[in-house]
Amino acid sequence: MRFSDTRLDPIWDKARAGERLDRRDGLTLLESDDLLGVGRIADHVKSTREGDRVYFVINRHITPTNLCVLSCSFCGFARKPGDAGAYEHTIEDMVGMVKDDMREVHIVGGHHPDWPFEYYERMIAAIHAARPEVQIKAFTAAEIDYFWRRWKLPPTEALTRLKAAGLQSMPGGGAEIFSPRLARLLKYTGKADPDRWCEIHGIAHGLGIKTNATMLYGHVETLAERVDHMLRLRGQQDATGGFLTFVPLAYQTATTKLVPRQTPPADSLRTIAAARLLLDNFPHVEAYWVTLGEETASIALNFGADDVNGTLEDERIQHLSGAQTPAGLAREQLFRMIRDAGKTPVERDALYNVVQVYN
Amino acid sequence: MLDQIRDKTLNGKRLDREEGRWLLTDAPLLEVGALANEARLVRHPERVVTFVIDTNPNYTNVCITDCQFCAFYRKPGDKEAWTLTVDEVLAKVEFAASKGATTVLLQGGHNPALPLDYYLTLVRETRSRFPQVTPHFFTASEIRTMAQVAGITFEDVLDHLWEAGQRTIPGGGAEVLSERVRTRIEPKKGGPEAWLSVHRAAHRRGFKSTATMMYGHVEQVDDLLDHFDAIRTLQDEHAGFTAFVPWSFKPGNTLLEKWIKHYKGPNAYLRMLAVSRLYLDNFPHVQASWFSEGKQAGQVALHFGADDWGGTLFEENVHKAAAYVNTITVDEIVTLIREAGFTPAQRTTEYEILQRY
Repeated sequence: MRFSDTRLDPIWDKARAGERLDRRDGLTLLESDDLLGVGRIADHVKSTREGDRVYFVINRHITPTNLCVLSCSFCGFARKPGDAGAYEHTIEDMVGMVKDDMREVHIVGGHHPDWPFEYYERMIAAIHAARPEVQIKAFTAAEIDYFWRRWKLPPTEALTRLKAAGLQSMPGGGAEIFSPRLARLLKYTGKADPDRWCEIHGIAHGLGIKTNATMLYGHVETLAERVDHMLRLRGQQDATGGFLTFVPLAYQTATTKLVPRQTPPADSLRTIAAARLLLDNFPHVEAYWVTLGEETASIALNFGADDVNGTLEDERIQHLSGAQTPAGLAREQLFRMIRDAGKTPVERDALYNVVQVYN
Repeated sequence: MLDQIRDKTLNGKRLDREEGRWLLTDAPLLEVGALANEARLVRHPERVVTFVIDTNPNYTNVCITDCQFCAFYRKPGDKEAWTLTVDEVLAKVEFAASKGATTVLLQGGHNPALPLDYYLTLVRETRSRFPQVTPHFFTASEIRTMAQVAGITFEDVLDHLWEAGQRTIPGGGAEVLSERVRTRIEPKKGGPEAWLSVHRAAHRRGFKSTATMMYGHVEQVDDLLDHFDAIRTLQDEHAGFTAFVPWSFKPGNTLLEKWIKHYKGPNAYLRMLAVSRLYLDNFPHVQASWFSEGKQAGQVALHFGADDWGGTLFEENVHKAAAYVNTITVDEIVTLIREAGFTPAQRTTEYEILQRY
């Protein structure tokens, strides 16, 4: 392979040899103006691992409440008690939202000021009892940490009880960017810090609960902070090994104005490619179409991503923050995104068991 | 195959049909894109991306040609049929000029009720009243219609337009220049030669024009290769094409919608652009169509061999009729080009740079 940016040559050599990339390599990938050079290396690695396969899941999101004790600067979703638009779902409501044709339900919500842990436990148990075939992916490490802050329930106990109630995996949210500087600047110091976030994922992995990891990028973070974030995740994966998917989340600008515009597609493509190359111990890297938009998500499947998330019947958080993609993208639209990229759609469940290959 | 194509491309040798076929079908997308970007930087070493301040109004939607891909036209006598007067069209030109436009791309249906003088007056009045605006008027098939109505040859029409002050011709109406495709989707418009002969005569007369392609309907790879071969051969004759502008067919509200529900996606578009940069080795410019493919795909396209962003398109009605709408401002164009890592520059219709940003 030839590159217009010759700094990519040694990275290509390492990628071919299966050698681990370092921090400097990560920065080079994110800085390079040879967008397609970065993409070609990542595509090579993705293709070696997964061939033409691109995964999707028939799923929906449930957001139990938007009440939240935190006030993170990047969030357009949270409400305070009494605010217009604040809501709290009953367990009955939520059970009614889960249908038999779904493989996965993804449950993430605000840090509710009063709901006891038992409410969450009953929520999982009720959904699991009503729809035992639907896999439940629920609660970010930030929410698990909040059960400790609010109720002094240790994460090991919370996760053990939730698993007994029917929880099968955990989403990767709440990581934001692992940077004390940004936690102060963007007012998310009240949330699990990087050590705590990683600790809780490690506990989950120890209990046999698979998890994802996210990174919120495209706001006021530096490229070095992105690389450090990914390296921290790589270190955690070396130690506990339970991460399934890395999900970079492009910051949405519509309601909170940390930056005037969403980061351009080339930056998202480079970030996905760099993630595929740096996170050599993560099975999957996702092009999350809700935050990227369908065009960029589809292109990203040639830049190292092997997953597009799913049909997502409801995605309140990103939509209230202004994501412009249509809610509830049908399976046919996912097929188009995947096939336009020249890839083969593979339906999966929450744990990446293959349901069907669509040739 | 890739090494062979790379070697030929960078040594100024022409790609053959089998190489084109491989690029369009089997070549890894990013390899095609990287090579196209390399070829683009050989031709235009500066990382400049041009754009034009333009508008794309229409003078009539009356048309007798019944193309199956068109949601814009109405038959003569239809309740929704309309034709603008010369003054109404000139008011649109005046408005565009007041917004800084240097190009007005004016086109319309094939309306047999309009005399040749209507068209010539539009050109003359635009030239005299708005000298800063280039009248980029009338596609090949409209020129053929004028000739039929006036009972003269299209070469004569071109002479009249030239004398009225016109110097460039838009490239619309090419669709896919293959007999099979044109017979299927636009049987009344004539085969490839109907479009090619007008551009050939125009180039010989001294006009510049663009070549377009609307893909993503009934065409197969050989049809696309026919199209590329036809315009590359014509370009060898007089070098009259400034740019190649492909876009994807939008099926909304058209007869073809019954069979084709969705337009081709961004990866197909990026491949088309990149292959055109490599195969059309005698075309100076390849345009990224933010308008038809979206701003995100447009930005990425600048890394796949495109060196032009197209225009502001203050007004556009043809895609709109197919329920597809997109708008932009000059500020946003400048921002988008910069975000993609290039220097924005405003150009004229004939690709002369007016100012860099």
